[in-house]
Amino acid sequence: METTREGIVCNNLDQMDVVFDRTEVLHDTPTSYCPGCSHSVVHRLIMEVIEELGILGDTIGVAPVGCSVFAYHFMNVDMQQAAHGRATAVATGIKRVLPDKIVYTYQGDGDLAAIGTAETIHTINRGENIVMIFINNGIYGMTGGQMAPTTLEGDVTSTTPHGRDTLIQGHAIKITEMAAIMDGAYYVTRQAVNSAKTVRKCKKAIKQAFQNQIDGKIGTNFVEVVSNCPSGWKMTPIEANKKIDEQVLDYYPLGDLKTPPKGA
Amino acid sequence: MGKKLLMKGNEALAEAAIRAGVKGYFGYPITPQSELLEYMATNLDSRGGVFLQAESEVAAINMVYGASGTGTRVMTSTSSPGFSLMQEGISYMACAELPCLLVNVVRGGPGLGTIQPSQGDYFQAVKGGGHGDYKLIVLAPNSVQEMADLVYLGFDLTDKYRNPVLILADGALGQMMESVEFPEYNVEEHFVDHSSWTTVGRENGREQHYITSLHLLSEKMEEINVHLQDKYKKIQENETRFESIQTEDADILIVAFGLSSRSSQKALELAREQGLKVGILRPITLFPFPSDELKHLANSVKGILVVEMNAGQMVEDVRLAVGSNVPVDFYGRMGGMIPQPDEIVDKIKDLYKQVKI
Repeated sequence: METTREGIVCNNLDQMDVVFDRTEVLHDTPTSYCPGCSHSVVHRLIMEVIEELGILGDTIGVAPVGCSVFAYHFMNVDMQQAAHGRATAVATGIKRVLPDKIVYTYQGDGDLAAIGTAETIHTINRGENIVMIFINNGIYGMTGGQMAPTTLEGDVTSTTPHGRDTLIQGHAIKITEMAAIMDGAYYVTRQAVNSAKTVRKCKKAIKQAFQNQIDGKIGTNFVEVVSNCPSGWKMTPIEANKKIDEQVLDYYPLGDLKTPPKGA
Repeated sequence: MGKKLLMKGNEALAEAAIRAGVKGYFGYPITPQSELLEYMATNLDSRGGVFLQAESEVAAINMVYGASGTGTRVMTSTSSPGFSLMQEGISYMACAELPCLLVNVVRGGPGLGTIQPSQGDYFQAVKGGGHGDYKLIVLAPNSVQEMADLVYLGFDLTDKYRNPVLILADGALGQMMESVEFPEYNVEEHFVDHSSWTTVGRENGREQHYITSLHLLSEKMEEINVHLQDKYKKIQENETRFESIQTEDADILIVAFGLSSRSSQKALELAREQGLKVGILRPITLFPFPSDELKHLANSVKGILVVEMNAGQMVEDVRLAVGSNVPVDFYGRMGGMIPQPDEIVDKIKDLYKQVKI
């Protein structure tokens, strides 16, 4: 009898094939995310991409305020923690003085689409050659489940106790669609991680975004990941992932919103 | 020293920054500092740096944050309302111990105020400005020459202490033209190796570096605060700078910084012509404040007059320094008005009567 790193007791561990392992670019530590939260999945995908592309020695990440504020405890990459909403300004500062480095931001919906809207729009408009990962879970998870700019109409949160009323709180913002119409954007896509299939597609998109930056393609690479928040939504992870399929993706459909012209 | 040039204060400051090896400038237009931004736009790219006009002062200071985290010499400049917008970012930088040079070419407030010169941002500059317990190193030039000189000092201090340095100028110093000479400054000789903490990628698999101002454990956050306070104490002990003018025999001591020290200097000449023994103590560093020198001078002078372009801000630090040892009076103009030498002389005469010399 032997015990794996995850504490699973099994027979003849040394005779078994390793079919899945944690990338070394993730710290060997439990995350602070709730069970079933999409953050952990997306963290893993980005770190796997960094490992597979061999860019660890050149990559700098920026994570601002939100559930992912401690991203540097999980992502074993050089990182800067930014003020709420300012991740892309911080990333701009890094990329402008070190144009050969690979820079990415990892931002939630409150950060990227509410308090940081100006930075988001102008960073993409300048065509900063960075990767922006946008975690859209439709709620403020860290502060306890308040309305986000992306909260769907009718959804109950702690600050929309009767459900989001578009006449009062406005509409769920479509910032990824706004990103896609800007000339500075190079690649804009919306992905999800609520099933094995979407996880695989999401990783492919993240990899493409980083590859574009490595290749020096001019413009911003923007990957929205429609995510869950089981704790904030007050659902089990399975129910939360189901809600994404049944409701969220109707309003935020998956797919590429802007792809580079052929041959570019 | 090079040859003498006739330049605006804003331009002299920008030229000095380029000569001091600034590699990143991020800013936003606002009067009366826009020439600084424009000088950078015209000259920095061709001389080895990066200029970027941000979408706001909020974005600009965060660009400075990001670039500073790579160990690059970076700066921004603005004027009062813009400096208010930067406070959040400056507080983050103070906690994360990121070096940078900040410039506030102060205009009259509060609110949108006026574009004329003022010293109304003294409290904001020396008492923190943003949230939390932190200090900036604050340098106060009083001439176009010093607008240049203090840039070199500012970069050296910010690198040495890993603490943001602020040059607190005003609209007149930014706009007025005087002759200036740029000193010899070898950037390489002043290079500080920050590679033990900068975020530039984990080259050769070295351990992770990260920059943060978040420490949720109170014990850890207190530790960070104690470390910062120790650093400020060290700065206080080692970096206090001031100029004394005819203080040896002075009955009345004027304390003034920046532009109001220039008016005070003329007032000193006029007063001395009338046989009044007046001296000036001009703080060059506003933090650290020359409290010890003031305490020392309080033993020999009969009265102190603080002259400022505000409602009385530095005067509080003067009173804290000298206590009740000597009467401290104040003369200030506000809203973009500059204290005139004859007004100051009148005030000196009043003080003479008060202290019955």
